[in-house]
Amino acid sequence: MCLAVPARIVEIDKQMATVEIGGSRREASLVLLPDASMGDYVLLHAGFAISRIDEAEALETLRLFRAMLGEGNVAEDD
Amino acid sequence: MTDAGRLAFLDEFRSGPQTRGLLEELVAGNSVPLKVMEVCGTHTMAISRHGIRQAVPEELTLISGPGCPVCVTANADIDAFIELALLPDVIATTFGDMLRVPGTRMGLAEARGQGARVQVVYSTLDALKIARENPDRSVVFFGVGFETTAPTVAAALLEARQTGVDNFFVQSVHKVVPPALEALSSAPELAVDAYLCPGHVTAIIGPEAYAPVASRYGIPCVVTGFEPADILQGLIMLSRQKAEGRSQVEVQYTRGVRAGGNPAALALMEHVFEPCDAAWRGLGTIPGSGLAISEEFAAHDALRRFPVDVSYSREPRGCICGAILTGQKTPRDCGLFGGACVPEHPVGPCMVSSEGTCAAYYQYES
Ligand code: SF4
Repeated sequence: MCLAVPARIVEIDKQMATVEIGGSRREASLVLLPDASMGDYVLLHAGFAISRIDEAEALETLRLFRAMLGEGNVAEDD
Repeated sequence: MTDAGRLAFLDEFRSGPQTRGLLEELVAGNSVPLKVMEVCGTHTMAISRHGIRQAVPEELTLISGPGCPVCVTANADIDAFIELALLPDVIATTFGDMLRVPGTRMGLAEARGQGARVQVVYSTLDALKIARENPDRSVVFFGVGFETTAPTVAAALLEARQTGVDNFFVQSVHKVVPPALEALSSAPELAVDAYLCPGHVTAIIGPEAYAPVASRYGIPCVVTGFEPADILQGLIMLSRQKAEGRSQVEVQYTRGVRAGGNPAALALMEHVFEPCDAAWRGLGTIPGSGLAISEEFAAHDALRRFPVDVSYSREPRGCICGAILTGQKTPRDCGLFGGACVPEHPVGPCMVSSEGTCAAYYQYES
C-alpha cells in the first residue's frame, strides 16, 4: 500500500498535474508537493505526488554501486 | 540528456550486473550473524520476488515486520467497515487490497453479495468524486495505511470540507510506523539486530523519526529503496554499521527521501488528524500509534456519524498472522499455509494483501 512509482510531470494545471509513467499518462494531485515543477520526476502514490526524485542523488547512488563493483571508470555524469 | 536517457538511470537500480556485484560485496563483507527486519510490506514483496532471502549469505536472516497496513488492521476495524458498507444508502469506497480480506462474519466481497455497494478506488480523490456524483448517498472511505497514505486521505477530507461535500466520510484506522518500531524494539523475545526502514513512509516523515529507535535500543536503521540494488545496498550499510559497532539512522534511498520529510504532507496530516492509541494485529494496542480524525473534521468521521456494533469480532481461528507480523514466525510455521489458506481462499489478511508476508511466500517462495 506504500507502493509509489516514479512518474514525470508533463503538464501542470494549478494543483493537478499530468504525469507520464512508462508510456501512459495519468492525473496526479500536487497538493502534497506544491513546489513540484514541469519535467520533475516524482514518486506517485495513490494519485498524489509525494516526493521529488532527486536526479543528482540517484546518479550518486549509482556511482557508489559502480565503485563497489570495482569498475575503474566511475563516471561522474552520464 | 534525452528523455529516454533520463529514464534509464532509474532502470539501472534493477539491472542484473548491478545486483550481482552488490550481492558479492554483501557476501564478502558479512561474517557476523545479523537478523534484519524488513519493516515494510513493499520490501517483503520485493525481497520475495527477487529471491533475495535465499541469495544473501547465511549469516544474514531476513524477517518480515508489521509493514503491511491491511495485515495489521485489527478484525474489529475491518468488521466495522463491513457494517458501514451494509448500511442502506451507503457507498463504501476502498483501495482494492481490502476487498477479499476476511472479516469475522464476512468479507467485503460477500457483503456485496448481500446488497452492499462497494467501489474500489485508486485514489481518495476518486472517492470524493463518487460522493459529489451521489449527493443522496453517504460515501464512506476506508482509511487504511501508514504515513504514505494518510496525507492523501487528509487532502481529500480538507477538500471535502472546503467544497462542502457533506456526504463524504472516512473511517480512519491509519497507523504510524515509529511507535510500532519502538514497541518491537523493546520486546526482548524479538531480538532484531537491524531495521531496513520503509522508503516511502520516510519520504513523508523524514529519517529523523527513527533516531529514538537507533539511539535508545542500539538498533541500526537504514532507510532503503525498493529495487533489488537498493535493498542489497541497504543490507550492506546495515552490516557495516553492525561490524563497526554503530547504531545510526542512515539513508540509502537518498533520491526519494529528504531530511525533515515532506513538510506539506506533515502539516496536512497534523491539521486533519490527531494521535490516538491504536490496536495492531499481532502487536496489540500501542499508545499514540494511530491517527484519529480531529474535532475540526468530526462531521466527516464515519464512525461518529454511523456508530456500529462489532462486539462479535474475533481474529481468524488458526491464523498466526500476528506472530508473523512481529517476525516471530514465518508463514511456513502456519498449519493452514498453502492448504486451507491460499490466496483464492484466504483465512487471514497476510494471504490477501499484495504486501502480505504469506502472499509473498506463497507466490514466490513456496
Ligand atoms: S497462512 Fe493464512 S492462516 Fe496462516 S498465518 Fe498466513 S494468512 Fe493466517
